[in-house]
Amino acid sequence: MEHTSLLERILRGMALTLVVIFFMFPIVWIFMMSFQTNETILRIPPQLIFEPTLANYTALVTGKLMTAAGTLDIAFMRNLWNSVFLSVTSVAVSLLLGVPAAYAFARHKFRGSEDIAFTLLSFKFAPALLVLLPLTLYFQKLGLANTYVGLIWVYQLICLPLILWIVRGYFEDIPADIEYAYRIGGHSWFATFRKIALPLAGPGIAAAGLLAFIFAWNNFVFALVLASADKQPVTVGALAFITSSGIQYGQISAAIVLSITPTLALALYAQRYLVEGLSLGAVKG
Amino acid sequence: MTAVVSQRPKPSGFRISKRVLPYVLSLPALLVCIGILIPFLTSVVYSFQRYRLSQPWARQFNWGDNYISFFTDPKFWNTLKVSLLYAGTTVVLELLLGLAIALLLQKRSTLNNFISIMLLMPLMTAPALAALMWKLMTNPGFGVLSYVASLIGLQDFRWASSPSTALFTVVLVDIWVYTPFIMILLLAGLRSLPTQPFEAAALDGVPRSFVFFRITLPMLTPYILTATLFRLLDSIQQFDIIYAMTQGGPGDTLTVFQVEAYLNFFQSTNVGRSAALMIILWAITYFLSNIFIKNWLRLRERARGQA
Repeated sequence: MEHTSLLERILRGMALTLVVIFFMFPIVWIFMMSFQTNETILRIPPQLIFEPTLANYTALVTGKLMTAAGTLDIAFMRNLWNSVFLSVTSVAVSLLLGVPAAYAFARHKFRGSEDIAFTLLSFKFAPALLVLLPLTLYFQKLGLANTYVGLIWVYQLICLPLILWIVRGYFEDIPADIEYAYRIGGHSWFATFRKIALPLAGPGIAAAGLLAFIFAWNNFVFALVLASADKQPVTVGALAFITSSGIQYGQISAAIVLSITPTLALALYAQRYLVEGLSLGAVKG
Repeated sequence: MTAVVSQRPKPSGFRISKRVLPYVLSLPALLVCIGILIPFLTSVVYSFQRYRLSQPWARQFNWGDNYISFFTDPKFWNTLKVSLLYAGTTVVLELLLGLAIALLLQKRSTLNNFISIMLLMPLMTAPALAALMWKLMTNPGFGVLSYVASLIGLQDFRWASSPSTALFTVVLVDIWVYTPFIMILLLAGLRSLPTQPFEAAALDGVPRSFVFFRITLPMLTPYILTATLFRLLDSIQQFDIIYAMTQGGPGDTLTVFQVEAYLNFFQSTNVGRSAALMIILWAITYFLSNIFIKNWLRLRERARGQA
């Protein structure tokens, strides 16, 4: 293994450089476009050197877009807020529902426990529209169409299986004897759960929460089907934005940058747990 | 004396709560399960009905008609063909590329770790937004990739807006987003392999191709299988990238299952056909997910053992 020739090292280096360019270029390029005016963007050949401007970001933040034809209102900040609100609330609800259930699945083998756990898991792999299309009709009858409550409820489909299966693994890793010892000391199961199990599984719960947040943020189809303009998150909003503002490429790039930054930052922060989370605990990072 | 007694939990209360407790704790998860099952069953019912949102009065059971008409429906065969082609191409290419990158990054070094973290960024980008990014880069007017294409002699390369290159373009975006997924799973797998077989092979001067095909690959197979099935399950249902990029177009070039069902539901308001399409896709994914879960459980047990 150690006898690597110079030629091989050069080839490896070149291959890695190509890989990094392919995977990084789109992000770098959109980032650069977001600091350009439409004139520099439209120039051919594309420019690497330009005078950076914050105009795109100011237009998005103030919600006013100055065009030759007049001012245009853009609701992108609203989308960004929807994304934050929907993702945070969905994950919070999921943790509240999922962590106790994960504990029950890990500690008490009861009738039907595996069935529930696997049903949840198998629906994670079922086509989203299979459930979503009938839901649109139900939601209209129930008055849940285009409400945050309805969306958060549907987002449980993304967050709950993830949290249930990851956190369950962490609970299973805690030796049951520690909990028995605490119980014998005369403490209730709830005290044991709160004082022993929760803190020990803490990192796993945090990781599962972060990952669920990323998946909820990145989701597209749920909100596309169930939300109208004022409730849409960035993923759907950016698509609508591209068709409504037509040629404002600088602002679109800035909107994309603002939309992907939160998940990228969280991913870098939590990268230690990503491998385990993405494989639902099948592979340890 | 009394203090000691009062600290002990009462045995009778303890026993009852122990039997009921797990059910109480998992009740919300159970409710979500039921909440999913109801629309699922509704879909099954719809798929056996003649049901158009535009003609609610004509709604009636036509039993298998939606399914039977698929046999003679060229649009359905196109959907099946494009879905399988998309899933097959993306998974094979991503597997090969992901394995190659994982092998390149196998050795633990600061640079390799840094690169592997950087490569996670496309995976963490929302697929719909990734499609928009590529749409901007492949814009025929100013897109940097259109410019690059013209530099290498491809004048007027239309990317996603031409039927002949649309599939290539969305597959490229899929590769950009999801190759890192296979890469990090296989990298974790590679780094968790036992070192003894490799040391023994090096000592015996076994050629490296032999080591790769006879030692590395067989030991890596459970990881490859899990990653591939995971991606296959996802890819056959791809919606975000294709819808955000072309909405199934141009024409019906890219009407994969979920896109076709979406268009059927919202544009032609043919709920029955849309539901039947989803049931067929569900049958495919159910079959795949059973194989997947078996593999995944085995790997999960192994990961537990390592911890």
